[in-house]
Amino acid sequence: MENRLTVKPGPTQRFESSCPIPISDYEHILLAHGGGGKLTRQLIDKMFYPLLDNELLTRGHDGAYLPAIEGKLAFTTDSFVVDPIFFPGGNIGDLAVNGTVNDLACCGAIPKYISLAFILEEGLPMKDLWEIVKSIKKAADQSGVMVVTGDTKVVGRGKGDRIFINTSGIGQVMEGTNIGPEQCTPGDVIIMNGSVADHGIAIMSTREGMSFDTELESDTAPLSGMVEQVLLRYKSVHVLRDPTRGGVASALNEISQASETGMILYEDKIKINESVRGACEIMGFDPLYIANEGKILMILPEEDAPGVLDILKSHPQGKEADIIGRVTGEHPGVVKLITSIGSSRIVDMITGEQLPRIC
Amino acid sequence: MAGLKHIDEYRDRRLVGNLTKKIGSELTRPWTIMEICGGQTHAIMKYSLLDLLPLEITMIHGPGCPVCVTSVELIEKAIVLARQENTILASFGDMLRVPGSTSDLLSTKAKGGNVRMVYSPLDAVRMAMEHPVKRVVFFAVGFETTAPAVALAVKQAAIRKLENFSVLVAHVLVPPAMKALLAAPENRIDGFLAAGHVCTVMGYEEYLPMAEEYKIPIVVTGFEPVDILLGILRTVQMLEKGRHGVENAYSRCVKKEGNAPARELLGEVFETCDRTWRGIGHIPGSGYRLRDKYRRFDAEHVFDLGGIKAEEPVQCISGEILTGIKKPTECPAYGKLCNPEKPLGAPMVSSEGACAAYYKYGK
Repeated sequence: MENRLTVKPGPTQRFESSCPIPISDYEHILLAHGGGGKLTRQLIDKMFYPLLDNELLTRGHDGAYLPAIEGKLAFTTDSFVVDPIFFPGGNIGDLAVNGTVNDLACCGAIPKYISLAFILEEGLPMKDLWEIVKSIKKAADQSGVMVVTGDTKVVGRGKGDRIFINTSGIGQVMEGTNIGPEQCTPGDVIIMNGSVADHGIAIMSTREGMSFDTELESDTAPLSGMVEQVLLRYKSVHVLRDPTRGGVASALNEISQASETGMILYEDKIKINESVRGACEIMGFDPLYIANEGKILMILPEEDAPGVLDILKSHPQGKEADIIGRVTGEHPGVVKLITSIGSSRIVDMITGEQLPRIC
Repeated sequence: MAGLKHIDEYRDRRLVGNLTKKIGSELTRPWTIMEICGGQTHAIMKYSLLDLLPLEITMIHGPGCPVCVTSVELIEKAIVLARQENTILASFGDMLRVPGSTSDLLSTKAKGGNVRMVYSPLDAVRMAMEHPVKRVVFFAVGFETTAPAVALAVKQAAIRKLENFSVLVAHVLVPPAMKALLAAPENRIDGFLAAGHVCTVMGYEEYLPMAEEYKIPIVVTGFEPVDILLGILRTVQMLEKGRHGVENAYSRCVKKEGNAPARELLGEVFETCDRTWRGIGHIPGSGYRLRDKYRRFDAEHVFDLGGIKAEEPVQCISGEILTGIKKPTECPAYGKLCNPEKPLGAPMVSSEGACAAYYKYGK
């Protein structure tokens, strides 16, 4: 904690009320907002700078000068194209920050700096952009990461899908940790911090032609704080992985193949929210293959599991943490599931997108 | 969604254990049982029920995968429709990846065809109302289970006097296919697990003459592990006692007469016709088509599709898979030339296809 850069609290209060760019002038994004001229400047000066304010960002140079960081760095990048851009539990803005923050956390790193690049489609409502940037600010504050550089491009109407965001992030790898899929060792346990498939089903519940009523929200959340607390005490953690696209099944298959170990999952131990389960039963989806955005798989020696579970359970993102499986020397590269009826089957990588069944 | 807790009772470890033991204790000789529905096949693979059953029981997987048996010719027709100007082709998600003879609907979409995935045929009706200048065609695939929703969509289109909505009907019926299997010279089926969802709509009266004619047990069966094992147990008990007939092991959903309003709707909108099943061939009286009264909503009537003919790829032995003559793993192409990324035939694509079930659950 002590080596974390302090982040100046942003002047959030001032901007809660309304969008700073006079809506009467520019209700929608125009091509000129990405043209590098006056309108681009207005977007930066009136929306991005005041909200994301920090001394590294607002120097207005072509790039940010970062203070030296001791030790190993982690660097990652991710692009966000979610549809719809506003979904139950979040929007593309917090997703874009949390996604990159979580990738850094999975490297055992404390997220420090991120870049923020927008590709906007001409006609995007200015108030939508404002909402998204507010969420970016909130998510960045929550994980203690600073937005230090950015870019805005605008493409013509019909050439994009409202808004795409790329974020890249730099983090400071916590000393003494050695995290990677190849570290996965027979005898390790697999811990997950809660229910599966919330994000994917929340998104699908809003899509055209797949409408069904559900109170479910995306689980999008930063995991860095929780991971940091675990790694401060337990340097022995072997693998961290956020099971996003492809879900838990795909993430564990990748780790299993990279480490040439086998895995056994317990269906009874994998938590699924009732509404997610209902949606999956109706649509014919397997929740193990559905995306999560606030979940993490932790693979570590069994003797450390009770201590790690204690830390996780005391954290808001880890209340439902449990051991969902084990790593074995048998059947290397293969993930098996002990079903609720006690039989066992293979859990393979997914092929293509999951499609709803028809009857 | 709270009612879904109900499902746990049918996935109960103790009940499963008791049922498998009971099946074993009633057996005196080997039996071959076919589950009709692809949903049952998937449950069998998902829960590894084959590993729990006594070795004397051979399960063979039936033709109850609607997208698998949809003819290549109809898929080609759908692809041609999706490529038409001002036309939207809508269908269930499962149908979109199934290869025809030249392409599939998702690839057609990638090349600019207007293909939409819907969950209900009524969504396609709504699409037609929202896009009055476009022609919306719903590719209606499925057994008796999905047909009532399609009938409802056609009736709605008629009530709303829609002129831009039509249906490419590919509906197939289960009982004629079961009869065709029983009449085949290579038939080795001792008993059937009838498809619970189909019977929920249609009831099981129509199976009675078949059970009589072929002296075979037919047990209406559900889709959870306990349901399936109960269906197998009832079939084994009938076989061991030398009895035939129809029994209902899925009474929480199925009534003898089925769902009367749904059947009435089906009778009003559809009439039976001959249908070609992919990989199996021509089966008399095994399909639905729109009655004359609704012919103006028949895509084959609205569009000139007569010249479109297509052939099955030769390496795919889907006919032998769908009739239970061969298991997916006995196909030379299985897992090599044919896998879910590059399927040769429909059973490797559909969430109800036997090949896809074997592949996904690692057999």
